Amino acid sequence: MQLPEHIASALQQGDDETVAALTREALEFGIAARKILDEGLIAGMNVIGEQFRAHEIFLPDVLLAARAMYAGLDPLQPLLEREGGVARGKVVIGTVQGDLHDIGKNLVAIMLRGAGLEVIDLGNDVTPRRFVDAVQESGAALIGMSALLTTTMPVMKEVIALLAREGLAKKVKVIIGGAPVSAEFAREIGADAYAYDAASAVAHVQRLLG
Amino acid sequence: MQTLSSRLAAGEILIAEGAMGTLLIEAGLEPGGCPEAFALERPEVLARIAREYLAAGAQVIHANTFGASPLKLAPYHLEGRMEEINRRAVEIVRAEVGGRAYVAASCGPSGRMLAPYGDAQPDDVETSYRRQMACLIAAGVDLISIETMMDLTEAQLAVRAAKSVSGAVPVAVTMTFDATPRGFYTIMGVDIPSAAEGLIAAGADIVGSNCGNGIERMVAIARAFTAVTDRPLLIQSNAGLPETRDGKLVYSETPEFMAGYAGELIAAGARILGGCCGTTPAHIRALRAAVDARRA
Repeated sequence: MQLPEHIASALQQGDDETVAALTREALEFGIAARKILDEGLIAGMNVIGEQFRAHEIFLPDVLLAARAMYAGLDPLQPLLEREGGVARGKVVIGTVQGDLHDIGKNLVAIMLRGAGLEVIDLGNDVTPRRFVDAVQESGAALIGMSALLTTTMPVMKEVIALLAREGLAKKVKVIIGGAPVSAEFAREIGADAYAYDAASAVAHVQRLLG
Repeated sequence: MQTLSSRLAAGEILIAEGAMGTLLIEAGLEPGGCPEAFALERPEVLARIAREYLAAGAQVIHANTFGASPLKLAPYHLEGRMEEINRRAVEIVRAEVGGRAYVAASCGPSGRMLAPYGDAQPDDVETSYRRQMACLIAAGVDLISIETMMDLTEAQLAVRAAKSVSGAVPVAVTMTFDATPRGFYTIMGVDIPSAAEGLIAAGADIVGSNCGNGIERMVAIARAFTAVTDRPLLIQSNAGLPETRDGKLVYSETPEFMAGYAGELIAAGARILGGCCGTTPAHIRALRAAVDARRA
């Protein structure tokens, strides 16, 4: 087994110590940080995500895998920032007001940075005002929103409405994601895209930013 | 008033109230606001809600204390008023119902994840619950209703906390399950046999489920509980699963639809029937009518 595959496997086991150790070993071996991220950490989290969606595993396994992901990310982060090069666009990302779920949103942020974008991560429980203020202050051309509770999804519509009221509807693209979110919901509320997972989020963002 | 436990022991079916959250939002609860603060700031709203559910035929009415544990109040900086919030919430309901209904304390999750998944220690969570339970029991509740639980360990801590304050007040625990191809599990991976075993071992008198499902799935959940325990079941069903229409949340199971399943729910072991998200006094009225018709 190659090191990145070994990392993915350890991540799925929730073994944060092994993930951290193997990540450092892979770096010493000369494997690029980007490759370790994609084929190790993200590959592992993608399997976890699929298994969770299929109800084969539950939240404890997801949380332990996420902890292992962050443990592997720690030594990679400074190198990824260096490898990223010139920022190819700015995006604002956050989990909507009333919602504290952020593993998926964090994964998207990591991957967008890995793709060379500047990401302003507003964290959790972000109000429509904060999303729009961040876009105005930073000049970001895109907002990415995550919700994992059906009850917080309506906030996404409010953000889009606020963008429109401030005359930003055409200037700022909106992409949404999260377990209860759907392409249909995205259409209903006038979002520009819906992403099923982090990988497709990156593809959509790159397409939307041109 | 005859005790709740003796009526359940005699095989009676009782009706509990419906959703609280929706009514609070209608009354002006802001996004990000603390629902439990209504006991301090807008007690007349809580009084009205209790009156409406009593008029609809509810025989068990929960006080608005779901998020009133010290841990859950902390993000709102209201933990210093925990005793007041819990006591007033109970007093408001009791003032409306007197001896015509049982006052239940609603106790929800602490909002924290127990180690190793999060940073909360079992002792701290149990202490938080014990402090809340002490206030609720001192205020005179007839039932402790630990609800919307997803983590079995946390639920057990809540049960033990209640029982450590008083062995005389019955304790109900309802958990929230998702339907999966392999059966019903909470989001933390607890199945119904494990839930029943663990909760009863901790001292729960009544077990069951609330939230997460419409009435049909709740019937299946009740059956799964009855297969492993003969404890009385408390079932509080959603009015279906939430759908978004036009960017708004909608629950589509009507009072008639829900009430149509009352018979099956009772046959499946439910002894206290109530409503959760999306249900209204109309749903409770329909449930009560269906149960009364069976009694006749």
